[in-house]
Amino acid sequence: MNYIKLALLGCVTLIAALGANWAHDLAYQVHAFLIMVIAAYLFVRVLRATDGPVPVALPTDQYDDGVIRAGVIATAFWGIAGFLVGTFIAFQLAYPSLNFDWAQPFANFGRLRPLHTSAVIFAFGGNALICTSFYVVQRTSGVKLWGGKAAWFVFWGYQLFIVLAATGYLLGATQSKEYAEPEWYIDIWLTIVWLTYLAVFLGTIVRRREKHIYVANWFYLAFIITVAMLHVVNNLSVPVSIWGSKSVQVFSGVQDAMTQWWYGHNAVGFFLTAGFLGMMYYFVPKQAERPIYSYKLSIIHFWALIFLYIWAGPHHLHYTALPDWAATLGMVFSIVLWMPSWGGMINGLMTLQGAWDKLRTDPIMRMFVLSLGFYGMSTFEGPMMSIRAVNSLSHYTDWTIGHVHSGALGWNGMITFACLYYLTPRLWGRKEMHSVSAISWHFWLATLGIVLYASSMWVSGIMEGLMWREVDDQGFLVNAFADTVAAKYPMYVVRSLGGVMFLSGALVMVWNMWMTIRAGKPVTIATPARYAVAAE
Amino acid sequence: MTDKKIDKETGVETTGHNWDGIEELNNPLPRWWLWTLYACIVWAIGYTILYPAWPMISGATPGMLGYSTRANVANDITAHEAKNAALTADLVAADLPTLAPDDPLHRYAVARGASVFRAQCSQCHGSGAAGAKGYPNLLDDDWLWGGDVASIATTIDHGIRNDTDPDARWSQMPAFGDILSREEITSVVAYVGSLSAPAEDPGLADAGATVFSDNCAACHGDNAQGNRDMGAPDLTDAIWLYGGDTATLTETVTKARFGVMPAWGQRLTDADVAAVAVYVHGLGGGE
Repeated sequence: MNYIKLALLGCVTLIAALGANWAHDLAYQVHAFLIMVIAAYLFVRVLRATDGPVPVALPTDQYDDGVIRAGVIATAFWGIAGFLVGTFIAFQLAYPSLNFDWAQPFANFGRLRPLHTSAVIFAFGGNALICTSFYVVQRTSGVKLWGGKAAWFVFWGYQLFIVLAATGYLLGATQSKEYAEPEWYIDIWLTIVWLTYLAVFLGTIVRRREKHIYVANWFYLAFIITVAMLHVVNNLSVPVSIWGSKSVQVFSGVQDAMTQWWYGHNAVGFFLTAGFLGMMYYFVPKQAERPIYSYKLSIIHFWALIFLYIWAGPHHLHYTALPDWAATLGMVFSIVLWMPSWGGMINGLMTLQGAWDKLRTDPIMRMFVLSLGFYGMSTFEGPMMSIRAVNSLSHYTDWTIGHVHSGALGWNGMITFACLYYLTPRLWGRKEMHSVSAISWHFWLATLGIVLYASSMWVSGIMEGLMWREVDDQGFLVNAFADTVAAKYPMYVVRSLGGVMFLSGALVMVWNMWMTIRAGKPVTIATPARYAVAAE
Repeated sequence: MTDKKIDKETGVETTGHNWDGIEELNNPLPRWWLWTLYACIVWAIGYTILYPAWPMISGATPGMLGYSTRANVANDITAHEAKNAALTADLVAADLPTLAPDDPLHRYAVARGASVFRAQCSQCHGSGAAGAKGYPNLLDDDWLWGGDVASIATTIDHGIRNDTDPDARWSQMPAFGDILSREEITSVVAYVGSLSAPAEDPGLADAGATVFSDNCAACHGDNAQGNRDMGAPDLTDAIWLYGGDTATLTETVTKARFGVMPAWGQRLTDADVAAVAVYVHGLGGGE
């Protein structure tokens, strides 16, 4: 086995060295060099272990929590990185001179913006999804993760994907497809990592000691499978050279746009909604210590959600080259999606029946409830904005940015923070977080930050939309584009301050996590005994 | 595992499942939720009957209302043009220099020209027409190619130094870095600078005067007040297209400049060109 690994790693090192030498562009060269160093390091590691003592097999009656601890730390780390870049580019929009001449072209808004979106969605959100899904699938299946060290491959493979994607953006390698910017070789790598993730998750479910699959796992599984499909189809492209990062999309024109927004909308639907609903379905009842409100609702809204979401993408392309019929269908499916989306909110909030008093004493519970509130608000606003007439005002304006951030900061951010607060003491053997009042501080800083952010962008977006369409009584345009940009300045400043508050809250969290982890130590937790006996 | 029991807090039966301590209540679907979902579905079906929606073999269902976003835009444009048809025709036929400011046609031209300017010209000249480095300020009375309304219209129509219109305004300043010595350039820059501001080094400026009359006066004139036939700027008025400091002037003289403007006649209608010429002419510096 080790000899196969050595041969494989040797080949990778060699090919990466060739790539670094023959690279057509800087991004490819840097990436090839990075991969060469990593592969050479692994080669030496495997070589040193070869013909040594066979490592003791890991005990099967304990949960695999090491990879989850790593995931918790990675989530917090990438969260700070993503929020920091986001806050910086918010200031760049208000004060364009922050696009420093000396930092060109690496740190201009155009390169930092995808760095921000990918860092928060895929690095922060993705690590949160991977580590919570590993935690939840083990606990609700009563077994450790399937696949041995494959879970660690998923973790490190995913971090490598993030680093390649992020450095690629800064060095100018991009497919120019929103939320799918990484170039072809990074896409191939992510596909390998993602399929391993699917195998680990599915393998664990198959080996479960529970008769039924818990609803959280349905959502996680839907998220993993659909993202695999979306990622592969939207990234179908032909490299210009295997020694360069540039590639050409297989689809062109309106087909490419439609594929991109089929992907883009379902990145929201399955990455940021279905996956995070999986989190919600485990951690909310655990934190509230109450049963899930309705089993029936969870079944119906799950199937309705995943059936409907996949058709909603065309609402991103109203009034474009996309035919009217496709736009109509996208809009109609988006509207019908309203109630299935709210099913998750209802099931989460109603789970607090009999435990509402916890809101007074438990800031983590408060975060869960607030995140569900923002989830409900965004999933009402989304269908509304998909209506053609509303979209003609809102599209291309800051309203969209406000909508996205009320969902991303309010729903995804808040529920992730709450899960980190839930997991950290449990994984490091502490009773609770180092400081409970710091969680309250985080809650209020983040909440006020989101309110400033979302409200300033609503005002800015609607103002901008109205200015764009304003005509005089003879039908002539009243405002130049630059006039609308100038008018948005105060709102941009308020938005930046909202970002500063949200970032400050997250820094408080990182301090709190650090203090909690420092005073604790990693603990191993046994799988339930009744399953362990039944297993053998 | 049928451990169904009654939940104490709510009095609702559980489903009997238990995952890591999580149970499920057997509550029915909330009625308002279900009926709202049904209402959305009914609305969706109705909407797809009224509007273009379902793809068929040779095209999609057009919908009963005959709705089309493209037709709507086309109708809006047609209605707008029809409403202003008479004024548009008058504007194309009008003799622009004789158009009186209180003429309704003049007011129409300014409104239309402002709209064209905001959409097409403001990217370079600024939404307030004050220009930027390399893009002339259109508010002042310093004109490179002429500031009467007919000259402005010609500039807009054919553009400047572009490859697309044979009638584009054309001239080219030589890159004097290839012609003059470094000392000569230094002195001529000092001379040009002294034309609109007190000379820092009068001796150097005087030396530059000779260089100027030998090399520059052919286009910029003996008195350096420029020549509109060649788009040669007036160098005495302290208005600079690229900058009047020594470093920028040195760069201009050494490497020359080659500002380009598209031939807008190829993209805009005749009425739009006339309208934007009237608008620019009326910004303050028109002659």
